[in-house]
Amino acid sequence: MIYFDRVTKLYQGGVPAVHDITLSIDPGEFVSIVGHSGAGKTTLLKMLFAEIFPTEGSVFFGSREIAGLSAKELLELRRNIGTIFQDFRLLPTKNIFENVAFAMEVSGKEDEDIQADVPHVLELVGLAEKMWNFPHELSGGEQQRVAIARAIVNQPDVLIADEPTGNLDPLNTHDVVEILKKVNNLGTTVLLTTHNKSVVDSIKKRVVTLDQGKIVRDDKEGKYHVV
Amino acid sequence: MFWTTTKRVARYGFIGFLRNGFVSLAAVLIMTITLFVSSALLIAGAALDATLQQLVEKVDVNVYFTLEASEDQVMEVKRQLEGLPEVASVEYTSREAALAEFRERHKNEASTIQALDQLSANPLGASLAIRAKETSQYESIAKFLSDKQEGGSLISKVNFYQNKAAIDRLSNIIETSRTLGIAIAIFLAGASILIAFNTIRLAIYTSRDEIGVMNLVGASHWYVRGPFMIAGILYGLIAGIVVLLVLYPFTAWIGPASERFFGSFNVFDYYVGNFGSLLLSILGLGIALGAISSYLAVRRYLRN
Repeated sequence: MIYFDRVTKLYQGGVPAVHDITLSIDPGEFVSIVGHSGAGKTTLLKMLFAEIFPTEGSVFFGSREIAGLSAKELLELRRNIGTIFQDFRLLPTKNIFENVAFAMEVSGKEDEDIQADVPHVLELVGLAEKMWNFPHELSGGEQQRVAIARAIVNQPDVLIADEPTGNLDPLNTHDVVEILKKVNNLGTTVLLTTHNKSVVDSIKKRVVTLDQGKIVRDDKEGKYHVV
Repeated sequence: MFWTTTKRVARYGFIGFLRNGFVSLAAVLIMTITLFVSSALLIAGAALDATLQQLVEKVDVNVYFTLEASEDQVMEVKRQLEGLPEVASVEYTSREAALAEFRERHKNEASTIQALDQLSANPLGASLAIRAKETSQYESIAKFLSDKQEGGSLISKVNFYQNKAAIDRLSNIIETSRTLGIAIAIFLAGASILIAFNTIRLAIYTSRDEIGVMNLVGASHWYVRGPFMIAGILYGLIAGIVVLLVLYPFTAWIGPASERFFGSFNVFDYYVGNFGSLLLSILGLGIALGAISSYLAVRRYLRN
């Protein structure tokens, strides 16, 4: 479903962030991508939702090459990929309900569906009661759960979580990981990057280890293993 | 789908305006100053135009005919003059009217009237007062008349050449005032529009991360831009209304002074008499400025 075909990305100055990476991910997989800072984890994910494009090689989503998509198709692609980040990236002037609803609105969902689905997904992440609060009134863990709710409310094929637990304490980290597992169990492909050894070890799914822009390990049921 | 999107964009525009209260307030204030300067320029321009127009109307060229010229002949010249493209109006004064006017003007000077009474016939000829559309056109009208003067001898005198220096000077002053007025207006309007534009850019700069997130969840460009443009339009609309309200007491206050300064132009009368067009231009400028500034400011942060 996702296929990186000999992908290289050079940033300005010519230093490769990722170098000649080939990686295939099947539908419904839960893949943890681990490695030191600067190993190329985030670069890899950014190429998937077309924030950046590869210098060499191609990234495929389904049967389509991402670099070949039109502006309109890119919007469709992003609506089909849920994203979560270390810094949450919620809309500060919108309340929790509106933050989640926004993702549905941009994909043109009807008001009735939004009214029905948003409370449901907020319940899933345990925040139904804070629906009318604003992001700054929530703790970090809660904000991240809102971000997850927003990422999954359109039932995307893929959920990308880039260091989602980087700013969270162990308890909130555990909650977030549990939610990600639940989402994966419902059939969504999950791509997770993290530094956190205990997170990776507790998931017990495929682990891809990057080092200096290259894949150095790819274990079916791996553990955190950074060289 | 289109209607739903429009509704959502409009709603978020209003909500954004209200929730970013302080930023909105600042933008409205700056926009108010911009629109106030612009409307002051508009009114000052009208005042200058009216004053210059008055001066122009004071200028004319008079043609005095000989006593032998018959009314038909004078009317023939009048007809020819009216056929010239430069001529705005031609006013005929008959010999009798000229005499009556003369008597009226000198009614307190007994000796003059007495001298007049001594004469058996009316000593005054008929005359035409010619007004040109532009002060610079008197020259060619005068030339037309002096050509005529050479042909026959119906015309005894054209007073243009006596007044030529004054008319030329006035012509120059009017030209210069217009050019200067336009230059100052463009400069001030340009400066205040830039300030308003920058304020809106700053307001949107505070939202740049938000725009990034909207891109990320797959919002189309118009969906991101729309609410900011609505907010920009609201800034302009509110500022425009404030300016229109403030102008009422303001023009009433400086009205008498303006009348003394400009001759007969009263800014308050102008405000009341041209309220409709002022309303349209001030609100129009405010709305356009808000919408265009927002459009341009958001564009920086949009990406494919």
